[in-house]
Amino acid sequence: MAAPIDLHHVAEREHEARSRYPFRVKVCNSTSCQSAGSAATLEGFEHAIDRHDLALDAVVIPTGCMGLCSRGPLVRILRRGGDDTMYQAVNGEVAVDIVRTHLKKHQVVETNLLDTSIPFFAEQERIVLANGGVIDPDRIEGYVAHDGYRALAKVLHEMEPLDVVHEIEASGLRGRGGAGYPVGSKWHLLANAPGDEKYVVANGDEGDPGAYMDRTVMEDDPHRLIEGVAIAAYATGASQAYIYVRAEYPRAVERLDRAIRVARRNRLLGRKILESDFNLDMEVRIGAGAFVCGEETALLQSIEGKRGTPQLRPPYPTEAGLWGKPTMINNVESLSNIAPIILKGSDWFSSIGTDKSKGTKVFALAGDLVNIGLIEVPMGITLRTIVEDIGGGIPEGGTFKAAQTGGPSGGCIPSEFLDTPVDYESLRALGSIMGSGGLIVMDDSSSMPEIAKFFMEFCMDESCGKCTPCRAGTVQIHGLLDKICSSRGTVKDLRHLEQLCATVRDTSLCGLGQSAPNPVLSTLQYFGKEYEQLLVDDPLEVSNA
Amino acid sequence: MTDPTDRAGARATGRPPRDEPHPSGDDRFTVIDKHLKRTRYAQDQLIETLHIAQDVFGHLDEGILTYVSRAFRLPPSRVFGVATFYELFTFDPPGDHTCTVCTGTACYVKGADKIVAAVADAYGIAQGETTADGVVTLKTARCLGSCGLAPIVLLDGTVIGKEGPDVIVAKLHEAVAAGVPAKASASVGAVDGGDV
Repeated sequence: MAAPIDLHHVAEREHEARSRYPFRVKVCNSTSCQSAGSAATLEGFEHAIDRHDLALDAVVIPTGCMGLCSRGPLVRILRRGGDDTMYQAVNGEVAVDIVRTHLKKHQVVETNLLDTSIPFFAEQERIVLANGGVIDPDRIEGYVAHDGYRALAKVLHEMEPLDVVHEIEASGLRGRGGAGYPVGSKWHLLANAPGDEKYVVANGDEGDPGAYMDRTVMEDDPHRLIEGVAIAAYATGASQAYIYVRAEYPRAVERLDRAIRVARRNRLLGRKILESDFNLDMEVRIGAGAFVCGEETALLQSIEGKRGTPQLRPPYPTEAGLWGKPTMINNVESLSNIAPIILKGSDWFSSIGTDKSKGTKVFALAGDLVNIGLIEVPMGITLRTIVEDIGGGIPEGGTFKAAQTGGPSGGCIPSEFLDTPVDYESLRALGSIMGSGGLIVMDDSSSMPEIAKFFMEFCMDESCGKCTPCRAGTVQIHGLLDKICSSRGTVKDLRHLEQLCATVRDTSLCGLGQSAPNPVLSTLQYFGKEYEQLLVDDPLEVSNA
Repeated sequence: MTDPTDRAGARATGRPPRDEPHPSGDDRFTVIDKHLKRTRYAQDQLIETLHIAQDVFGHLDEGILTYVSRAFRLPPSRVFGVATFYELFTFDPPGDHTCTVCTGTACYVKGADKIVAAVADAYGIAQGETTADGVVTLKTARCLGSCGLAPIVLLDGTVIGKEGPDVIVAKLHEAVAAGVPAKASASVGAVDGGDV
């Protein structure tokens, strides 16, 4: 058996290696920047450093997401013991210029400079994304150098499983998948479940369109997730864990697979982890394109190799889950908060956020905004701060119309509620939900009934077909919306739409159907006029439309 | 290389292909077999196995599914049920060129539906269809997660961001005129989405 990793030694060696170079060039190589051409950026740097004979002065490190995706490819130049400069829109040519000017002459390339004191960066608080733009996701050494696996070592050697559960309970961490169930309570349920065979599952089936928080964590910091899952398994007595990733994220699957192999080799997984008596094996399972598999019982079916249809609860998965054994499903982002909570303590974590919503939340900010990208903000921040400061407001003289949270299960929030703090309860009170973290801003050119139709079409396509309210109801709602959007709807249709939404919400089997009417109901509530203007009954209104 | 009659022959033996060489003579089945053996024919590996089958064959068909169901000793109904449930499994061979338009919320807000309509119009195909001559396939994807570049189109695996319908159609014409790409894209998830 290979010797377990010496965390302290690896970290020290990594710090040493780092200080060898006067300059460290960090190139964002996350999916978004890659789409923007970061491969050419990397090549440009490597090539130019070589040509200018700077191989001993600068090292190029491909990293995970730096956040401001709309300005990519992003690059950070760190000078030993000194400044941290960020550049935007760095293509291959700019990279060569940066080498020539910044690395060689020690002057800044003004044209592509990105001011890091702007609110986009200043208003953020990074816990889950702490390593984004910092480490090379493919090297475990980078993670270890940033306190990686120290939390696992701590729980294994210094804490009883139940102490770990209590610590997480005390932190107030709630599920980041959308519903906000207290994570510690779930852990408690699994820890108390009878039997030796238990499973922990990380839910990485991030299906909301416009949401890519979990993908970023899985791709850019896979060891953080693995460590979180391992701690969860230790705390609850599970010896097998699965990370369920949607097949649309092949890069996340590849990174996680590799990271699990490396962790196993270093005795961070497998038998007698870090010389303790704790054994855990971990496996990646992939979906195949079914939104409903984000629902926990459907997800378990899919792991068993079956059609991903939701099951009636109770029994809850913590009583009878995978192959009938107690199973706990946690969201990827929730699990990524675990290691920092263990290391810094529940008091530290619960000091961030609001009374009932602790910690931070990662949002994928998109739509009609100046700044588009991935942000992590403390709970309780107002939507206005996110939209106007972090997002930089609406571009080109447009005006804000609505912020959509929670994807197809959420709702649209109008401008009069922009000062609402972002937490689970406040968003629900507005008829939306926290959701997994997609936040899409729309300007006044968007038609709200059309948006509702867009989401209903999504739910209609993704309904698994098991229960009638969802299978047939979503089709009928979509039909009514289509009729209204094409100016053929009547007042009766509108009333019918409202009734049907209530029926589907109240009678569907799983969360997909229960929340599918949310986009319609919330737009009806706040933008009801737009619907009315499309109706044909009232000639006066129609002539205005 | 695939000969349907050969595959039918393999089916007729009725045994899972544990140790014998492929009666089909089709090497691609050995890729599936390797995975089956490595995972010890565990039935919960069905979805993974179908992914592998689709990767090597480009799409799924009745013969492949029957083969997989025998290997797992699962009723064909279960295997067909799973294969048809999940969106990413396809029963149609893709065209030489695949144009995948992201229709996630951010791309929708930025007019992705107009791009879909323009491509559909230019080639006379609906979303999910391939032209009769097998040249162009039009697909949509839920969200490719590069919302900063919205609207996003994947043309034969290459990302095109922030462009309108006219440019996309022009680029597609260009690609078609240039002939068959070296490696045609197979499925959104496994191949196209991979290089986003």
